[in-house]
Order: sequence, then structure tokens, then C-alpha cells
Amino acid sequence: MRLRVDPVACAGHGLCADLLPEGITLDEWGYPLLDPLLDPLLDAEIPADLLPHARAAVAACPALALRLDPTGPDDRRHGRNRRSR
Amino acid sequence: MTAPPAATPRLLAEPAATHRRDALAAHLERHGPLPSPSPHALVAAVEAAGLRGRGGAGFPTATKLRSVRGRRRTVVANGAEGEPASLKDAALLACSPHLVLDGLALVADALGATDAVLAVPDATGLRRHLAGRTDRVPVRVVEVPDRYVASQETALVRFLGGGPALPTPTRPSAAGTLVDNVETLAHLALIARNGPDWFRSVGHPELPGTLLVTAGGAVAAPGVVEVPAGTAVRAALDLAGGPTEPVQTVLSGGYGGAWLPAAAVDTPLDHAALRAAGSTLGVPVLLALPARACGLTQTAYLLQFLAGQSAGQCGPCRFGLRDVATDLALIAAAAPDAHLAHDRVRRRLGLVTGRGVCALPDGAARLAHSALRVFGDDLHHHLTGRPCRGAAAAPLFPGVWR
Ligand code: SF4
Ligand code: SF4
Repeated sequence: MRLRVDPVACAGHGLCADLLPEGITLDEWGYPLLDPLLDPLLDAEIPADLLPHARAAVAACPALALRLDPTGPDDRRHGRNRRSR
Repeated sequence: MTAPPAATPRLLAEPAATHRRDALAAHLERHGPLPSPSPHALVAAVEAAGLRGRGGAGFPTATKLRSVRGRRRTVVANGAEGEPASLKDAALLACSPHLVLDGLALVADALGATDAVLAVPDATGLRRHLAGRTDRVPVRVVEVPDRYVASQETALVRFLGGGPALPTPTRPSAAGTLVDNVETLAHLALIARNGPDWFRSVGHPELPGTLLVTAGGAVAAPGVVEVPAGTAVRAALDLAGGPTEPVQTVLSGGYGGAWLPAAAVDTPLDHAALRAAGSTLGVPVLLALPARACGLTQTAYLLQFLAGQSAGQCGPCRFGLRDVATDLALIAAAAPDAHLAHDRVRRRLGLVTGRGVCALPDGAARLAHSALRVFGDDLHHHLTGRPCRGAAAAPLFPGVWR
């Protein structure tokens, strides 16, 4: 599983960082930074022992901005919008 | 906007022809009738031609067409100019609207689309060109807001669906819409007529064909020039009249691009070559920075402009670009605490990259990073309170004070 933040939905409540401090820190503006090891752009799997905490963080996010995605061969840039090509 | 130089006018017609009463007749006289290839033949020709998208990313057009064939109801010609400093889409639509409409018709037919849209910031003078055309799918000309983010694919798709022109995290493909840049479509219309060998007869091996380049800054004839891809940056600026005064270096890729090191001004206009030189082709925009100007100050103005273009949807883009612009302004002004601003901005640039839903923050961070690198000597002077006279100058580049 990979953790993703929808930056449009995220309102910077910061609850997620309380529930998954091993994986999420907040930047200076209060928005979540995924630990590089969990960064979907790096295609990282969430370690099994953190998965329950990750699920708790997803469930607690008041803005429904956090998501757990199954790891797959799909587009790494999913959710990132590029210029028209 | 200037007339194209003698170089290789494929897309930009003689300006005289476009002012003729019957632009369609002039178009057909110049390019011949539009063939109707089978979908397979069209995609094969585009693939053999090696056409890459002209909206900035340079993705192979045939691959994109093949991945969506038969699954799209709407085809959009994106003329919304995906880069604030670029004028090329407007120039193309003013000069050769029928090439764009031909490309749109070819793609709509190949995909079996039922809706074809030309999305532009200003439709004035465009709708009349639809009159004499006999396209299977009639084209709708839709005006989109003239903001950077409106040109992003998902923003366009959302706007066409009746929503706000703001980027979303959903994939554009999910909405049943194919979006192609207007220049890409114009090239495609010429490939369908003249074949892939003709298309490849000019350009760079990795980037065949011609490019519409917006040239600006300290050049004698700023505007859009059409050059073979692979033309050196300096040579492209010469086609725009050449420098009007000593030039320090060039900004490539526009406001979401990157400063080229001065030694790299003979780099060919190609995605990989410019990336290797520490810059980017993106949407081709070349801005010549006069030697008397301060690259750090001008970059600070550009960041301020880009921060104002943020749609404010994503926290790190909204607050991050604002703070990065403030830090750069302190460095540009050689403020007493400029070294603190410098430490901060290095950290903040890492915090905005990749954290918005569209390409704006990434482009802004790339520009700022390149300035700190390319103007490293100036940076040292600014951090030690000894800026040059250019540091107090007004903005030089278009749109920034709009
Ligand atoms: S809890 Fe949700 S809204 Fe709050 S910072 Fe985390 S992701 Fe954003
Ligand atoms: S990244 Fe910035 S400009 Fe793009 S959608 Fe988010 S807030 Fe708007």
C-alpha cells in the first residue's frame, strides 16, 4: 500500500501527523510531508507494522484528503497534473 | 509579434495571406485539401514522423493517441498557452487557424469523437473561420480564463464540464477527453498531408519538425519565430532580430523554465539537450537577459508573479510560493538578513516541489533554483551586502506587472 495526500482537499489540520508520526511530519505551513520512505513518487510500500497507524490516519482526516492506494504498476504521477502534451 | 524569418515557415503562413477575405481558400491553396486517412494510417504516420506534443511535456503524440483510441468523446485543442510568457498559441491561431482546425478534425475522426473544442483565452476573430468548413464534428470555440492554471489539462476538462477552471487530482483521461496543444494539432495536419518523411526532413533527430518559439527580452524583434527543432538558442534569438545590447544569459522555458548558464547559449532546442544543460525546453520561450540587469532581482519579480498565479488550492503552493517570493526579494535587495532568507529559501524550495496538484509550483521552484545556481557570483555579492546597480531595476519581462 502507498499513502497519498490530495493537496487540494488537505486543509492542513495536521491530525494525520499525530496519528502517524513515524511517517508524516508537518511543514512550516502545517501541511503533511510524507516521510521520503513513504513517498508515492518513490513507489514506496508502507511497512506492515505501520499499516494500522496509516489506516487510522486515513480514517481520521477530516478533509478525506489521505488515501491508501494499492501498489501497482500504474502511473507514478497519478494525481499529478501535467501541462497538456 | 513579428513575421517569421526566412527560416522554415511551415505553420506560420505569410501574414498577407491571413488577411485575405477568404482565409480558408488561402489555406487550401497553400496546403492542399485535407486527406481523410484511416485511424490506423493517421496514427502510423504520426508515429513515423516522431511528432512530440508541443504543450511543454514533449510526450510522443502517437503514443497518446494510441492509448485513448476509441475511448474519447471529446477532443480539445488547447490554445490556452500553458506558459505565461508564451505567445505561440495565439500567433499560430492568428496566422493559421485552419491548420489547427484540420488537426482537430483529423483527431476527432480518428477517435470517433462526438465533440470537438477549441479552447482559447480570446475567441475574437476565430469563430468566423468555422463558417466554410465541412468537418464531421462541428467545432465549439470556448473561451477559457486567461490564467496560468486554466491551461492545465484537468482544469480545462473541468471548465468544459461546467466547473471552475481549476486543476484537480483526477486524471484527465478519466473524463473521456483528449487534450492536445494547438501546435501539436497543426503539425499533425501537415503530417497527414505531406507524410512523415517530409516532417522529419527538418528538426532534431529526437525532436523532428519545427518549433514555434517565443523570443523576448533584449532582442530587436520580440515575438514568435518558427525554427527547426535543434536550432541553437543563440541562433533562434538571432532570428528574432538578435540582441539589442550585450546579453548575460537566457531564460529558457519561460517563467516555469530555468536560466541557462551563459556558456550554454549554443545548446540545441531539444528536450534532452536543454535538460542536460541544466535548463528545460518546456513550452519554447527564450528571454534574453541584458548584461546590465540583475538575474536575482528579475527572478524575484517572476516568483512574485507566479505566486500570484497560484490558484491557492494547495497549501504548499499557496503559502510556499508566497514565502519563496519574499525570500528572493530580500536576497535581491541585499537586505541585512539576506543570508537568513537564503537559508530559508533553499529549504522552502524543497518543500514546494511536487506538492501541488498542477505543474505551477514545480516550475516556479525550478526557476528559483536555476537563478541561485546560474547567478551564483551575484548571489555572493547580494549576501554580503554588495549588489550591483541592476538590483534596483524594474521588471524587464512581459506580463509581470500586468
Ligand atoms: S489530517 Fe487530512 S487535512 Fe489534516 S493535514 Fe492531514 S491530510 Fe491534511
Ligand atoms: S499547485 Fe498551486 S496553482 Fe496548481 S492547483 Fe494547486 S494551488 Fe493551484
